[in-house]
Amino acid sequence: MSAPTADISIQLARQEGWNRPPVIEPDGEGELLELAMGPHHPSTHGVFRMDVALDGERVVRLKPVFGYLHRNHEKIAESTSYLASMPYTDRLDYFCSLTNNWAYALAVEKLVGQEVPERAEYLRVILAEFTRIQNHASSIGFLLQEMGASGTPLMYAFREREKILDLFESLTGSRMMCNYMRFGGCRVDASPAWLDAARKVVAELPEFVDEFESFLRTNEILTARTQGMGILRPELAVNAGITGPMLRASGVNYDIRKVDRYGIYDRFKFRVPLGDHWDIYDRYMVRMLEMRESIGILEQALKDIPGGPVMDPKAKIRGFRPKPGEAYGRIEAPKGELGFYLISDGSPNPYRYRVRPPSLINLTVLEDMCLGHNVADVVLIFGSVDIVLGEVDR
Amino acid sequence: MLGEGILKGLAETARNFAGSFVSKERLTTVEYPEQRIPTAENARVFPFLVYDGTDWEAGLRCVACQICEKECPPKCIYIEKSKDKKPDYVGKMQIYPVRFDIDVSVCMSCQICVEVCPFEAIKMDTDFELSTTDRFGGLLHDRKQLARSNEYYHTIHPTEAAEVDGRLAEEKVKAEVKAKAAAEAAAAKAAAAAAAPPKPAEAAPPARPAETATAPKPAGGGE
Repeated sequence: MSAPTADISIQLARQEGWNRPPVIEPDGEGELLELAMGPHHPSTHGVFRMDVALDGERVVRLKPVFGYLHRNHEKIAESTSYLASMPYTDRLDYFCSLTNNWAYALAVEKLVGQEVPERAEYLRVILAEFTRIQNHASSIGFLLQEMGASGTPLMYAFREREKILDLFESLTGSRMMCNYMRFGGCRVDASPAWLDAARKVVAELPEFVDEFESFLRTNEILTARTQGMGILRPELAVNAGITGPMLRASGVNYDIRKVDRYGIYDRFKFRVPLGDHWDIYDRYMVRMLEMRESIGILEQALKDIPGGPVMDPKAKIRGFRPKPGEAYGRIEAPKGELGFYLISDGSPNPYRYRVRPPSLINLTVLEDMCLGHNVADVVLIFGSVDIVLGEVDR
Repeated sequence: MLGEGILKGLAETARNFAGSFVSKERLTTVEYPEQRIPTAENARVFPFLVYDGTDWEAGLRCVACQICEKECPPKCIYIEKSKDKKPDYVGKMQIYPVRFDIDVSVCMSCQICVEVCPFEAIKMDTDFELSTTDRFGGLLHDRKQLARSNEYYHTIHPTEAAEVDGRLAEEKVKAEVKAKAAAEAAAAKAAAAAAAPPKPAEAAPPARPAETATAPKPAGGGE
C-alpha cells in the first residue's frame, strides 16, 4: 500500500472545518446557494442530508449530516447478553444481515476461543457470498435508479435478489433479518433439498449477470454520466480508511478475504477486481466483477461442502461469561471492512461493544469526491459509495 | 453508433415485457390478496404458546421460568408466575404463567425466545397479517390470544413439530422410568428399612441413571 503523501493536507483541512457553522462566502459574482439534499425516505438508502453549497451548478462545499437513524445499538449491546445482540446486528446494514451476523459471531468466537465446525464454515461462506451478490445487484440497481432509469434496472436486480432471499427464508426463517449465525456454528442445518435449490440459483446467476451487464455496460447515458466522475485517488482512499469495492475501484489491492483469510477463504480460488480510473464507472464495474467472482466461490463451496454438525455441541450460546480480554473480528462485508470490537470484563455483557461500519467510513470522503461536480452528479457519487444509513448511524 | 447501447437495453426490456405474456418464468409477481405464495416452512413471524390436548389453559407447556423474558432482546415479553402449581406434560408439578403478554409492536421476530426455551413451550407462527385497528390493547397479546394447539404447530412446521414431539415423548418415557425407579427405590428402601436397617447402599443405585437422563437438555439444541 502506498504511503499517504500530498492528500494529508486536504484531509486535515476538511477535518478542521468539520464543526464550523456553514459560512456563505461570496465567490466572484453572485452568492453561494445553500441546499439541503439527500435521500429523505427510509426505504431508499436511509435518512440522510447533505448540506451543499453551490456556485451556480458547481459544488463548492458539502457537509454530510447524519444521525437520523441512530438507534443506540452499541449501548444497548453493552447492557444485554452476547446472544441478544445478534438480532440487532441484522439491523445494522439491513441488506446484508448474514455478513453482519458473521462478523459479530467471529468477534465473540475470538473472545471465548470457540472453534467452528467445518460444515458451518462452508455454510457461512455460501451465505456470505449470496449476500454479496444480492447487495451488489441491488446497489447497482439503486445507482441506476438515481441516474434516472426509474425502476426498470432496479426491478431486474430485485427479481434476482428475490430468488436469493427465498433461499435465505427457507433456511433461516426470514428474508432479511436472518439472525442465523451463532457463536460456534450456525443455528440450523441446511437440508440437501436446500443445497440443491442453492445450486440451481447459482447455475442461473451468470445468465443474470450477463443480461444485467449487457444492457447497461455500453449504454451511452451511463458511460457519459459515470466515466471520469467522482474520482477518488488511491492515496486519499487509503488515508481515509476506505475499504471494500470503493477502495478496490481506486486501484488498491486490499480484500480482507485475501489479507486476513478468515473462515476458510484460503481454500477458494478467486480474483480481486481492481479499478484503474478510480471513478464511478470503476466502482460499478468492480461490483459487477465481484459478483462473478462470488458465483465462482459459491460453485466451489457448494461442490465440496462436507457433512457433519453445524454447531459445536460444546458451544454455549447463552449464559456464558468470557474471560476479561478483548477481541476484534473483521470480515469483508459487501460494503467494506465490517469489524466488531469487544471488551469483556468477565460479566455476561460486553464491557465495550464497538462496530466499525464500512458505510460510515466510506462516506467520509464524499466531499472530496463531489467538489467541483454538478449537483446532479452528487446524487450519483453518493449512490456509488453504496451505503446503508442503518449502518452509518447504528 | 451513438444510441446503440440504449437500444440494446430497451430491446432487453421489451423481450422481458413480451416474454411475461408467454412464459411463466418471466412473470415473477402475484396478485397478493387473492393469490398467495405459500410461506416457507421455516418462516417465522410472531411467537405463540403451544398447548397439548384441547383445553388451552390446562395444556400450556409454559412453566413460567422466565428465561425468554430475560433473553428477549427488545424485552417485549411480560410474565407473571402463579402461586399454585399444576402438572406439566410429564406429570411433574410446575408453576404456570398467570400472565404472559407479548407486545406485537415491540417484537422483532428474532426467534431467540424459541431457542432458549427448555420446555418447547414457545414457537414461531407464520401468520403475518397482524394489523389491527386498535393501537394499544390490540397490539398486546395475552396468553389466551397467544395459545395455539400442538396440532396447529404440526400444520405450520411439520418437520420441526415431529422432532419436538419425539423429544418430548422421550423425556416423558424417561420421566416415567424415573418415577418408576423412584417408586421402586422408595419401596426397596421401605423394605430394607423394614428388613435390616444397615443396608441403604443397595437402594440408591437404581435412582441414579434416571436422574441424569432427565437433566434439562442444553438450550442450544432448541431447534
